[in-house]
Amino acid sequence: MKVNSDIVLHIDHVHKTFAGLHALADVHLDIREGETHAIIGPNGAGKSTLLNVCVGVLPPTQGKVMFHGTELTGLKPYEINQLGVARVFQTPEIFGDLTVLENVMMAMLSHQDGAFRLKLVSRFDEQGEIGQRAVQALRERGLGEHLYHLAGALSRGDKRRLELVMGLVQKPKLLLLDEPTAGMARADTNATIDILRQIKQSGMTIVIIEHDMHVVFSLADRITVLAGGRVIAQGVPDEIKGNPKVIEAYLGEEQV
Amino acid sequence: MKHTSKLADIALLIGFAIVVALGPIIFTPIGAGYPDLLQKFAIYGIFAIGFNILFGLTGYLSFGHAAFLGVGSYAAVWSFKLLSMDLLPAVAMSVVLAGVLALAIGFVSLRRSGIYFSILTLAFAQMCYNMAYSVLTPITNGETGLRVLRQDPRYLDAAIGYVSPTPSLFGMQITGWTGFYICGAVLVAAFGLSIAIFRSPFGMTLRAIKSNQNRMGYTGYSTRPYLLSAFVISGMFAGLAGALLAATDPLAGAERMQWTASGEVVLMTILGGAGTLLGPVLGTGIIKYFENIFSAYNEAQLKAMFTFVPDGLREPVVKTLSLFVGEGWQLTLGLLFMAVVIFLPGGVMEGINRLIGLKHTPKVRSLGDSPQRDGLGEMVIEEMPTHDRTAEIEKNAAEQQARATAP
Repeated sequence: MKVNSDIVLHIDHVHKTFAGLHALADVHLDIREGETHAIIGPNGAGKSTLLNVCVGVLPPTQGKVMFHGTELTGLKPYEINQLGVARVFQTPEIFGDLTVLENVMMAMLSHQDGAFRLKLVSRFDEQGEIGQRAVQALRERGLGEHLYHLAGALSRGDKRRLELVMGLVQKPKLLLLDEPTAGMARADTNATIDILRQIKQSGMTIVIIEHDMHVVFSLADRITVLAGGRVIAQGVPDEIKGNPKVIEAYLGEEQV
Repeated sequence: MKHTSKLADIALLIGFAIVVALGPIIFTPIGAGYPDLLQKFAIYGIFAIGFNILFGLTGYLSFGHAAFLGVGSYAAVWSFKLLSMDLLPAVAMSVVLAGVLALAIGFVSLRRSGIYFSILTLAFAQMCYNMAYSVLTPITNGETGLRVLRQDPRYLDAAIGYVSPTPSLFGMQITGWTGFYICGAVLVAAFGLSIAIFRSPFGMTLRAIKSNQNRMGYTGYSTRPYLLSAFVISGMFAGLAGALLAATDPLAGAERMQWTASGEVVLMTILGGAGTLLGPVLGTGIIKYFENIFSAYNEAQLKAMFTFVPDGLREPVVKTLSLFVGEGWQLTLGLLFMAVVIFLPGGVMEGINRLIGLKHTPKVRSLGDSPQRDGLGEMVIEEMPTHDRTAEIEKNAAEQQARATAP
């Protein structure tokens, strides 16, 4: 197979079975440099499983995942993150007992110093310009007033924004977003779309798993539709909108 | 802007050093102003400080830390027997050996977390304890305990013609008040080291592991080497304490490695406040005070104290109270421990902080539980929905109106 240099993530005929249940069946998918690629599908379609296979939580039963020519299969989550893949979770995963600023600084330090470096003599609050860059990144996303609050005390929406900032400060080559607007009110969803649009315009490659079609059609360059663990359609938003298989998959879900 | 400043930390260390230096004066009024007990305060303080680096920062509860204390003691006594009566080689040997043992035990135990980690460490420590009594008798001298003898070779001392009847530091005998000040100086150094570790990027990494280990992986950290480093460092502190224990009382017995000794350091740390700088030292002071002073009271002393109570009442009062002192000191300690854990989960330090109103951010992750947190949480949540946008729109509208009416 020809290796295409502008392919960031190459999901190569991945299968995943859980005790006989086919969660993913022959999923084949390329994510191109700079695109925003949405993965959609009804509940239980295998979207989250696919994401977990990509970040190393679940090993695929068959097939492999390549990131810029490096095989991700068998790598640990921290190795995959160090390669430049940042993940934002559906339920915010942050360091609740640390302050908001410390959360972001931790994310920056791991990419400055690598996965392990014993720094015993210097002080955490005197890490050169990292602190300033973290403060600036937080202010840009409207978290400037919470710098010294414990992250665990933030509202759900702010936790999500914090997690997004933690991903962005690592300057990832690929950003994986797991339902970034799940459970949000319409106004917040729109605010999130605006933020994601800005990120997209900076040229970042984004994979977004989303339920909300409004979000998907306002952001995605290309869409992959999963149903029952299989890719049932793939293409630009306009192709997906009119695809009878997609309509059937979604209508089928609604009838249940 | 910063939560902690370098200056505040230096002030804390200096204050700590002054309290240690004034120890004999401070502890005399409460009946603890004698050198042997104050040496114990200092030595077990070092042990607890080290334990707190592991448990307080990472949340990994080791139930086998006494093994490192015991190995430190044996190593020190062997150094006194074979090398020199001086403390420095003994400390070096103890710290290195305890570190190597911690590396081995930590390497295996840290494959698991939570209760499984605790059980693994407990199992290893009990193995060490039993081996000291059985197969390792040639090294540990079994039940009799390992002691320093006059005819031991001491090659280093022999080479330079130095003779000292008891362990010493640069010729100063480690007994009495000199012994306390040597132990106290090491305690201050250990405390300073613990401040540095707490404030370092390494310390923050350990805190982040405690807060959300899962997230660490997705943030690009390999957590295992960090945990292993913390485990080894805390084992080395225990080895250091073991060396001092052997220096003040040059008879090393296996009972120092028993699980009760491991449990004691857990109690000390939790009682004082795990994860705080001063907590472990305070907890050590309280427990060692109960163990040595409270246990020494007897009925006659109580009767003397309650002479002001009318005759008929005195007998029942003394009878009741005598349950809690003397041999019953552990009952009092148990009640105190329960009270602290129930009312002050952050230990004595939480009580102190509440009293002086230093911190209003208890360490809970959810929004529940604490009134302060609830207040903060609600405030933040109420801000959310109306965020920026409405204010922006209103501002824009006002500006437009202003522009329209201006000309």
